[in-house]
Amino acid sequence: MYGLFLRHFYLITRSFPRVLDLVYWPTIQITLWGFISNFFATHTTYYNNAVGVILTCAILYDFLFRTSIGFNMLFLEEIWSRNFTNLFIAPMKIGEILTSLVATALIRALIGLIPAVLLTSPLFGISILDLGIFLFFLFLSLYLFGITLGILVSAGLLRYGPSFENIAWSTMFLLAPFGCIYYPIEILPEVFQKIAYLLPLVYIFEEARNILINQTVDIQNIYYAFIWNGVYFVLSIALFYYSFNVAKNKGTLINMGE
Amino acid sequence: MKNLVEVKNIKKNYGKNEAVKGISFNIKEDEILGLLGPNGSGKTTTIGMLLGLLKPTSGEILINGQKLEGNRIEILEQINFISPYIELPKKLTVKQNLIVYGKLYKINNINERIEFLSEKLRLENLLNSITGELSSGQKNRVSLAKALINEPKVLLLDEPTASLDPEVGDFVRSFLEDYKKEKKISILLASHNMNEVNRLCKSILMMKDGIIIDEGNPKELINKHGRKNLEEVFLKLSRSKNELN
Repeated sequence: MYGLFLRHFYLITRSFPRVLDLVYWPTIQITLWGFISNFFATHTTYYNNAVGVILTCAILYDFLFRTSIGFNMLFLEEIWSRNFTNLFIAPMKIGEILTSLVATALIRALIGLIPAVLLTSPLFGISILDLGIFLFFLFLSLYLFGITLGILVSAGLLRYGPSFENIAWSTMFLLAPFGCIYYPIEILPEVFQKIAYLLPLVYIFEEARNILINQTVDIQNIYYAFIWNGVYFVLSIALFYYSFNVAKNKGTLINMGE
Repeated sequence: MKNLVEVKNIKKNYGKNEAVKGISFNIKEDEILGLLGPNGSGKTTTIGMLLGLLKPTSGEILINGQKLEGNRIEILEQINFISPYIELPKKLTVKQNLIVYGKLYKINNINERIEFLSEKLRLENLLNSITGELSSGQKNRVSLAKALINEPKVLLLDEPTASLDPEVGDFVRSFLEDYKKEKKISILLASHNMNEVNRLCKSILMMKDGIIIDEGNPKELINKHGRKNLEEVFLKLSRSKNELN
């Protein structure tokens, strides 16, 4: 496991564009959303004092995005570098491969998150730490969901090969409308609300807004987020194992390296 | 000599397409077995099954007496593979790549092992070079070092000297001969280079359309088919209708 972590650590530290990529998008995203938030706050009374809410949700969403894309990137790197076969003939259990990727993805996401969090205070006078101790649970929940999406996409890559790559990039955009990141769930049509309630994202972002606006904590939201996360996480692991077996039958593991 | 590889009637179907139609063979320790055949004959599929990357539709593979099915991890610790179609991460240095694979194969004395392999494979001056910036010959030697990092008992080689100049090709062949003799390992060599096969292999399997159409040592096959060399035997068998010996 340490070996696989080292493989990606060496890769990242040897490549300035890769380090830049880790920091660039979160920074741009946060800056952009900060100015948008400022705009709403100064031009409507409704959004007055809501800069912190929008910006906090942007940071949380970006953490989710980074975690999921980060996990997919680790997997795609092996395909792009034609190292995939080498990895799958090494004596590593699937669980060990997943654990290494999960840990490495966390470090990648944190590298992107820290500058974004640090920038919000001097630029916009807002601190995500206003969420208090519950910030940890929200991040943990988002991390779990990000990893889950990453495992699901990687299962697709195993099953269908590199052609599944585009899905890796679009997953987060597809789910964003149902996540109710920047607006309450009531904004969605009723059918969409039913779908949204099946995702942990709604509970996470509803709770973030609840803490910041109402200054109260609804433990049930955090609880539901973890329940759904647990369900999807277990499903994603099962699907990954299933896809590995399908790949062994179809020969995807051999063709992927060529 | 003990059989390190035992392949018993393995078949592999992709849907209705039968890629490998029930082949059996053994590889003894201290033996290099040549696997020849035209493109699409089932060589890569056979290697894939030996590596546990492909599940046989039926049949059984034993490595060092252990069934591959159900013991994948233990067996992968004892085998390794080299092919021009797979590469090591290009942005890492040679040493970083060897460290990574040393860790993945749970090698205890990684530095000693790297030192040993770099000396044997003339890599001492390349250890801090970026892998992607090396020449084909240098990359080939690095891949060989990676393939030997775990001191495999069974080594699977898919065209190990393809695209190498004659000098490097000769170096690799000599190295493989010496290493096999010294470590008593089993090697399966898939190659289209008949001189290489003639030099390294005492026995050969000829595959076509998913079956073994002939086998024997190079001299026997040349005599049996009344040809001048192995290349002519290959051409004859590749162009003929399938015939079981």
